Amino acid sequence: MTTQTNPTTPLLAIPAARAITTAGAALTLASTFLAWTWTAEFPGDLTVTGYPGGLQVLTLVGAALTLLFTLSGYGIKGLGWLTPGGTNSPVRLAALGVLGTMGFTFAAIAIKLGGIVNLEPGAWIGLVGALITVAASLGLPHDQNITDTTTPTPLERFLNSLRAPAPGRPKELPSWAEILIIVAAFGIGLYVITYGIDTEYPELFVGYLIISGFAVTALFKAGLMARLSALTTKYRTIAVAAAFVAAAAFPFTQTTDQFTLIAVNILIFATVALGLNIVVGLAGLLDLGYVAFLGVGAYTAALVSGTTASAFDVQFPFWASVLTGAAVSLIFGVVIGAPTLRLRGDYLAIVTLGFGEIFRIAVGNLDGVSGPQITNGPNGVPNIPDLNFLGYDFGESHTVLGFELGSYANYYLLMLLAMILVVLVFSRAGSSRIGRAWVAIREDETAATAMGINGFRVKLIAFALGATLAGIAGTVQAHVQSTVVPEMYVFAGPVPPNSAFLLAAVILGGMGTISGPLIGATLLYMIPAKLQFLQDYQLLGFGLALILLMRFRPEGLIANRRAKLEYHETDQLDAADKTLAGTTSGTTKAGA
Amino acid sequence: MNTMTTTTPETATTVLDASGVTMRFGGLTAVRNVDLTVNAGEIVGLIGPNGAGKTTFFNCLTGLYVPTEGKVRYKGTVLPPKPHLVTQAGIARTFQNIRLFANMTVLENVLVGRHTRTKEGLWSALLRGPGFKKAEAASHERAKELLEFIGLQDKADHLARNLPYGDQRKLEIARALASDPGLLLLDEPTAGMNPQETRVTEELIFAIRDMGIAVLVIEHDMRFIFNLCDRVACLVQGEKLVEGTPGDVQADERVVAAYLGTPFEDAPGADEVAEVEAAEAHSTTRTEGETQ
Repeated sequence: MTTQTNPTTPLLAIPAARAITTAGAALTLASTFLAWTWTAEFPGDLTVTGYPGGLQVLTLVGAALTLLFTLSGYGIKGLGWLTPGGTNSPVRLAALGVLGTMGFTFAAIAIKLGGIVNLEPGAWIGLVGALITVAASLGLPHDQNITDTTTPTPLERFLNSLRAPAPGRPKELPSWAEILIIVAAFGIGLYVITYGIDTEYPELFVGYLIISGFAVTALFKAGLMARLSALTTKYRTIAVAAAFVAAAAFPFTQTTDQFTLIAVNILIFATVALGLNIVVGLAGLLDLGYVAFLGVGAYTAALVSGTTASAFDVQFPFWASVLTGAAVSLIFGVVIGAPTLRLRGDYLAIVTLGFGEIFRIAVGNLDGVSGPQITNGPNGVPNIPDLNFLGYDFGESHTVLGFELGSYANYYLLMLLAMILVVLVFSRAGSSRIGRAWVAIREDETAATAMGINGFRVKLIAFALGATLAGIAGTVQAHVQSTVVPEMYVFAGPVPPNSAFLLAAVILGGMGTISGPLIGATLLYMIPAKLQFLQDYQLLGFGLALILLMRFRPEGLIANRRAKLEYHETDQLDAADKTLAGTTSGTTKAGA
Repeated sequence: MNTMTTTTPETATTVLDASGVTMRFGGLTAVRNVDLTVNAGEIVGLIGPNGAGKTTFFNCLTGLYVPTEGKVRYKGTVLPPKPHLVTQAGIARTFQNIRLFANMTVLENVLVGRHTRTKEGLWSALLRGPGFKKAEAASHERAKELLEFIGLQDKADHLARNLPYGDQRKLEIARALASDPGLLLLDEPTAGMNPQETRVTEELIFAIRDMGIAVLVIEHDMRFIFNLCDRVACLVQGEKLVEGTPGDVQADERVVAAYLGTPFEDAPGADEVAEVEAAEAHSTTRTEGETQ
């Protein structure tokens, strides 16, 4: 029974667990070179022996990762850098990811082709290998003691087996090597995201989601992400530049416009989400009608774009239309904000929701019948011409450095510039006197005003700034879509961006962070775009995902410094608790 | 400290002058015609039973409430009825129930207190000119000084919510001091503190007075008040009952009556009172003996 109470004891008692894990992972890896099915009817062509395709590649990557982590656990020289944090929890996570992808592929083939007879021996070998890997990896010791309880249930012991300690101090590397690591990491990141956007059939995308979710978690547990974020903090400018260079490189990897369009829309969505994050994440103003400001920017740009459908016979150059869009959004922000920001909390949310709908309905009614003819009502403003900036026509293909850049690629790069602007505004405003005032207002408005903060003024600045940034994104959106209609700016709908999805992107990703809304927006856009067959269940799944997230990770996927401290109080105050927990576990051991 | 106590009578310029402050909520008069002055370098105590209107009076002084009648002057000018303008004018306060920015760090809490004394707006934050950097550096330096003053310099990066109770009280004072006030209003600064912490707070308030900041303090701990204050005012049911030196107020029968009530007809006689006192004295000496 003594072994039972020892917290690092593995979940399953398996002799030579590491050797079996290695063998299992190697088996799965080998199976990806075999044929998994007999017909090319299943997308990705899994019939060729010796050449993995589609889902096999994903399984291969997962198995290779599992193998590397396992071998690192042997203490093999040259692989130790892989697991500065947890040694065995990344193995378990990677193994679970492989099993997930493998199992999904297995089931997808069987269901799609009608029966397990369609599976070749290779698929069986892969599945057995994945099962062996997972089972054997549960035989590896835990990385961390269970501190919460002395008599853990099997579920608690399983969850604990996936936990890992934070990595220690890294070895000093020469700065060129560290910079190289950053560049390599962003290169890999670009490749992974590009791969996700480029997935051509839903099965591959699901497999991609499974393996990348587990693999990224495994990298976190292994401590590699902590190492990387330490490096990016050290070389902040280089890291930011590398991130944007990686993002800018995306259109150069594309041959058609098909996926670039998705990428442009992701960028628009993410930029607006980041603007909303100033209002919600920093200033704590729950704005449920934010998409209206995107609409204001888009409609303004459409009306001054020179399209024949516009009520105004003007054609502004691009810079002027961006400025006009931003200015009109700013005015709307102030006009809507000035009366509503006197309200707090839920009341503000309801009123902004109302104003968001007022915008949509008003635009739908300015059609010459119910009101003056400005916006063509529900028909919207079509035929918005492509942008032309200093003779550079965004609608044409251009050859840059030997690469063909299509129309959407041009817009992608333009939108990326807009996003850089928003990121810059967010980070600079956030860490300044005004940013602190926003957070103070969010925390306790009465105390903040008693500290000399003019609450109304500061909130109005946040609201107007958010509106302006959304307006800028809207001006580009109008030209990308070439049509604006009122129905694009609803509160909730199946296609992002709409107010509900924007808010969800912020909350899902992590309030008050920069990368959070970007990741949240990417996921929220890609999943519906890639999994069209889920259309009917999309909002259901979306609701479920939010509930699960609130239960298990209330700070969002990416936690900012404050939220991390708020929800997981580490390194502070509980130092005493930790030693206490250590002694209690010690005494139980002695007692047993 | 010595020099301060001797200079107090000479530099008796009025910092705060509240005259005829009345606050009505519908039919309820929470504060009725209260006059109170606080002179430079003075620590004034405000006592009274629960519900006497002390905090309401504070809220009238700091602009959270607009008094129904009466005027509040700070260094001769009438205070505007907005809390942030009052703070800008030079009155800072703490709250009875701690109201820190719980999810900000200790340092950030103090930096927020600097808000009125800096004026870098959104444009300056976005453009990050040399002026911005200088102002930020100065704010950080001042905030760190204040944290050192209250002894929390080692916890600058902790979240305010994670601080122990006594430290939270201190941090609230530091945050109020960050706005460079001429008058500090403390609403029950030692509520919930043990005797040692109360002693430390007492020292802290004396140190603040020595920085040239007048202090107006609400407190229920009489020993604390009578040790600390140069003058004490007692509010009862919204009205100022008595004002004077600690000795005068302590001796005033009306104050005792307000706190303890007036004796009944068959109230315990002098003999019983003496008996109880003797028993109390005995028990205190015994506990003291035990602790030593």
